[in-house]
Amino acid sequence: MSHKFPALIAGTLLTAAVVIGQQTPATRTPPPAAAGTTTKTLPPAAAAKAPVAAKPWVTPRTPDGQPDLQGYWTNATYAPLERAPANVTTNKLFFTKEEYDARVKQAAAADEAQTTPGTTGDVHYDFTQFGLDKSQNPFAQDMRTSMITDPPDGRIPAQTAEGQKRARERTAAYRPAGGYNAVQDIVIGSRCIIYNPPPGPPMLPQGYSGNYQIIQSRDSVMILFEQIGDVRIIPLDNRPAPPLSVRNTMGISRGHWDGDTLVVETTNFAERPQGRNAALAGISDNFKLIERFKRTGEDTFDYEFTVSDPETFVKPWTASMPFTRIKGPIFEAACHEGNYGIEDTMKGARMADKQATEAAGAKKPGQ
Amino acid sequence: MHSWRRLTTFLAIAVIACLAIVMASIVSMAGQQTPSPAAAYRAPRTKDGKPDLNGIWEANNSANYDIAPHNASSAPLKIEAAIGALAAIPPGLGIVEGGVLPYLPAALTQRKANFEKRFAEDPEAKCYLPGVPRFMYMPYPFQIIQGTDHIAMVSEYKSALRDIYMNSTKKAPADSWMGWSNGKWDGETLVIDTTGFNDRSWFDRSGDFHSDALHVVERITAASPYHLNYEATIEDPQVFSKPFKISMPLYRRMEKNLELLEYRCVEYSEELIYGKYRKVPLQ
Repeated sequence: MSHKFPALIAGTLLTAAVVIGQQTPATRTPPPAAAGTTTKTLPPAAAAKAPVAAKPWVTPRTPDGQPDLQGYWTNATYAPLERAPANVTTNKLFFTKEEYDARVKQAAAADEAQTTPGTTGDVHYDFTQFGLDKSQNPFAQDMRTSMITDPPDGRIPAQTAEGQKRARERTAAYRPAGGYNAVQDIVIGSRCIIYNPPPGPPMLPQGYSGNYQIIQSRDSVMILFEQIGDVRIIPLDNRPAPPLSVRNTMGISRGHWDGDTLVVETTNFAERPQGRNAALAGISDNFKLIERFKRTGEDTFDYEFTVSDPETFVKPWTASMPFTRIKGPIFEAACHEGNYGIEDTMKGARMADKQATEAAGAKKPGQ
Repeated sequence: MHSWRRLTTFLAIAVIACLAIVMASIVSMAGQQTPSPAAAYRAPRTKDGKPDLNGIWEANNSANYDIAPHNASSAPLKIEAAIGALAAIPPGLGIVEGGVLPYLPAALTQRKANFEKRFAEDPEAKCYLPGVPRFMYMPYPFQIIQGTDHIAMVSEYKSALRDIYMNSTKKAPADSWMGWSNGKWDGETLVIDTTGFNDRSWFDRSGDFHSDALHVVERITAASPYHLNYEATIEDPQVFSKPFKISMPLYRRMEKNLELLEYRCVEYSEELIYGKYRKVPLQ
């Protein structure tokens, strides 16, 4: 492992270390028999506190009487977003315990595989050394073969021709040709503009450091995402969304309580070709995202989101996943402030130019 | 002789002044129960009985240019040549009580050096986190979200977050830009004690700076439905010969449906930081 690991990783090392230092791996209970529901996780503390005869769990509430979503959470998981075609064919909704354990073991082994010193992979992907890989962090046991719950086949619906075209064009613009001629040629995640794929919405599990903090007042819910320290604020007062000429990379969100469920509608997404994750690359101006947050236990809440964009997808689709409590704290990421990965990349590119010029010059006299 | 006359005059003025104040008070009390400006305002309460500071707030002063009193000025001619009076710096009375930052001699030299290279080296130019107290008077709104055990302050400026741990005695696990803030309520006042800073943020665009020994104690008190009184004691024995105080009002932003939007300034700072590595320099 070279000392040149990027700031993106460096900025999160301490947090990860703190989390690991304080957190014992959560106990993973087997999945419920009912198909299509999210696996519930019960960490040991809660399990110990909840003997068989204990009172049923009740939703904790803030002083304002709203379900309390505050705390530190992760949605780290090894469940795939989409169901593999073979599992669609056999209508397999859950992995067996053996299959699931093998998947986790395999993924953890891949995370742990020692990278070759001095290679790009070594610089970027040696997660285990700093405890960044999921297998060292708490993660929810989710034995489903897909996070997508609707359509029932667990697959993202077909995209319209228009959606496919948009996705193609944006993907092509993702990495400009011509190498590192200017810093703008580097992807936005590495430049610490926004984590890539964006931390939401929707809040899809990340490769590492998929950690969140929620602070909640009477009229707003704040969600901090650890990577790059991105913050969403969701007003709860039913105000209208601004005109579509005002756009955020993370969209503009409006929330309300539907019983004990926080329902958040987000529109006004900025077109950010580099930043959208692949599944959402083709989204149109009329993209609307609905998220639902519901506490399900002392240390869990369920998170579900529905993507509606008739100009891009032939029908809406929905995915869900559990969030599991972590002890925290989440530390300041300050990704851009220490981003010497970019500095070194750009410097290296110019040195390579110089060497190429010199080599060409040295060749000439001998020709 | 002279001093006797002075004293007599002073006493006479003092007596008249006292009488005037008493009379004014009587008139005021007789007229209506008008509270004096100093009378304590009692903020509305959250459900758990704390003063309710939720909302979007913003300072409205030129402290981000210079926390000390300062006259209007312009940037170096080269910058002025490019953007004209947009490069100018508005004047201001500053927010430093007494008007002077008590720099130690070596630190004053450093401050002057910072000032000379402020357009390239101000952390704000590089879109770095603002630190404390600069967060509070950046020319961007910030939102207070009062949670149960945490109070969040989120700036529109690069979504910078101050996470205030209420009733906590935890210490910073490591130095950071925004420091580690422990808060508590002292009656009407939110008191925030922040340590654990790195030495990289500045107080303003003029190069006023601090070391990693910085210790900031802030007192925030609602003074009306529309403004908060903000004061902070700044202590840094490596840079200043004694603690000093800053104070200013913070105003509630009253626009209907106002919300913080994204200001991802990283991408606006990149030519300053990495422009020298362009294959083809900008014309």
